[in-house]
Amino acid sequence: MQLYARRRVTNYLVVGLSLTATAFGLLFLVFVLGTLLKNGVGALGPTLFTQATPPPGSQGGLINAICGSLAMTLIATLVGTPTGILAGTFLAEYAHNSRLGEFVRFINDILLSAPSIIIGLFVYSVMVVPMGHFSAWAGSVALAIIMIPVIVRTTEDMLTLVPNTLREAAAALGAPKWKIVVTVTYRSAVQGMLTGVLLAVARISGETAPLLFTALNNQFWSSNLNAPMANLPVVIFQFAMSPYVDWQALAWAGALLITAAILFLNIGARLLASWSGLEK
Amino acid sequence: MSEEPEETGATAAESPFPVKVQIKNVGFRYGKFEALKGISLPLRDRHVTAFIGPSGCGKSTLLRILNRIYELYPGQVATGEVLVDGKNILSPGLDLNLVRSKIGMVFQKPTPFPMSIHDNIAFGIRLYERLPKSELDDRIEQALRRAALWDEVKDKLRQSGLGLSGGQQQRLCIARAIAVEPEILLLDEPASALDPISTQRIEELIAELKSDYCIAIVTHNMQQAARSSDYTAFMYLGELIEFDETERIFTAPKVKRTEDYITGRFG
Repeated sequence: MQLYARRRVTNYLVVGLSLTATAFGLLFLVFVLGTLLKNGVGALGPTLFTQATPPPGSQGGLINAICGSLAMTLIATLVGTPTGILAGTFLAEYAHNSRLGEFVRFINDILLSAPSIIIGLFVYSVMVVPMGHFSAWAGSVALAIIMIPVIVRTTEDMLTLVPNTLREAAAALGAPKWKIVVTVTYRSAVQGMLTGVLLAVARISGETAPLLFTALNNQFWSSNLNAPMANLPVVIFQFAMSPYVDWQALAWAGALLITAAILFLNIGARLLASWSGLEK
Repeated sequence: MSEEPEETGATAAESPFPVKVQIKNVGFRYGKFEALKGISLPLRDRHVTAFIGPSGCGKSTLLRILNRIYELYPGQVATGEVLVDGKNILSPGLDLNLVRSKIGMVFQKPTPFPMSIHDNIAFGIRLYERLPKSELDDRIEQALRRAALWDEVKDKLRQSGLGLSGGQQQRLCIARAIAVEPEILLLDEPASALDPISTQRIEELIAELKSDYCIAIVTHNMQQAARSSDYTAFMYLGELIEFDETERIFTAPKVKRTEDYITGRFG
C-alpha cells in the first residue's frame, strides 16, 4: 500500500510539472500573438495592399514587399520541391542502405540544421558578388537551399513509411522499379510529402537572414527579378528598427501578415495530413 | 480423409499434368546465414503444392525465390535452378519483370494499392497490355468474378480498394494477380491474417483456381494444407524433409520428424 501511495504522489508530481511546463510555453505564445494582434491589427489599413513602402512620415503600404515575398517564395518552391522530392526518392527507394545514401543523408542533415545566415552568405559569395548586385534571383536561390533539405527529409521519411509489402506486391506483378515508385509508393505517401512541402514553405516565409545578403530590399515597386526586391521579413527588420512611428506600424502589420500566412500554411498541412486522400 | 480418385489413384509420376516448375538443388543465403540447402522438388501444373514447416524453416523463402522477389533486397543470394517449363528463371540476364508477370503472388497481409478497386486490377494489366476501355473492363470483371469478389464490389469499382474488409482485400489481391493471366500462383500464407469465414472463402477459391494454374501455397495451418493441397512439402531448418502427395504426408509420413510435426509434437 505504501508503494501504491508513493506511485500516486509521483504521478501527481509529474503531471503537475508537465502542466506547468505546458502553461509556461503557452503563456509566451499567447503573449507574442497578443502583442502582435494588438499592434498589428491597428496598423492594418486600406493602403496596405495598394501602396508601396513609403518614405518616413508619409502614407504607404507593403504591396511591394508582399509581392516580392510571394514571388521569391514561389520561385524557391518551384526549384526546391522537385529537387527535394527527387533527392528524397533517391534516398528512400534507391540508396536506402548504400554508402552513398548514408553520405547524402548526413550532408542533408547538416544542411537542415545549418544557420540560415550561412546560406545567405554562401549565396552572396556565389551569386551576388559575381553578378555585382543584389537580386531577387539570389534571394530565391537562398530560400530554395533552405527548403530542399526539409523536403528531402520529409519525402524520405514518408516513403520509408510505405510498407515494403506494397512494393513487393507491385514488383510481383512485373512492374519495373520506376513504375512502382511513381504509381504505388508516391500515391501512398503523397499526403505526407505535400505536407512536407507546405511546412517547408512556411519555414522560408519568415526567413530574414538569407534575404538580407541576397535580395536585400527595395523601397519601390519592382518586378525585375534581376534587381533587389522588397520582401516582408527584411522590411520588418528595417522598419521595426527605425525611429519612425509609421514605419514601426507597418512592421507590425507585416509581422501579422506573415504570421497569418504561416498559420494558414500549417492549417493546410494539417488538413492535408488528415484528409483521407481517396474518394470514398 | 476423403478419397478423391484423382489424388489417390495417381502417384506423382502418373499424374496427367506435367511438371510446371522443377526446383533443383536450390540454396539460399543472406550474409553468412544459409536459409535453404539443396531443395529439389517439382510443382505440378493444375495442382496445389503446400509448403509446411515450423517458423523459420525457409518455406516462405523458397516461395520468394520462385519469382525472385527476394532480389528487391541486396545481399540475398539464391543458388541452384528453378526450371519453369524447362527454362531456368534464376539465370542472370533474364528480364526479371517479364518473369514476374508470368508468376502471380499473393502475400500474407492484403496489399491493395492506394487506388480504386478498378485501378488495382488494371494496374497489372496495363503494365504489359494496351487494351481499349471496354476490353479492359471485361478483363477486370472476369478477374473479380474468378476471385469471387465481383458481386460484392461491382457497384463500387471506383471506390478505394482500401475501403474493403480484410477478406475482400485479399480476394482483390488474388483478382489482381490472376488478371495478368499468369501461369503460376504463389500464395504466401494468404489466409493467416483473415477470419475463419474469409479463410474458408479463400480456400474455396484455391480449389477453384487449381483448374487453371500451378499453385504453390505456404501455410502455417496444417488443416489448410491437408484440405487444399495435392502435394505437400515438409521443411525443417532450411531443408526439405519430405515431399509427397498430401494424402500420404498426412496419413503415412515416411520420416519421423514429419510425423512429429503434423501430429503436433513440435513446431
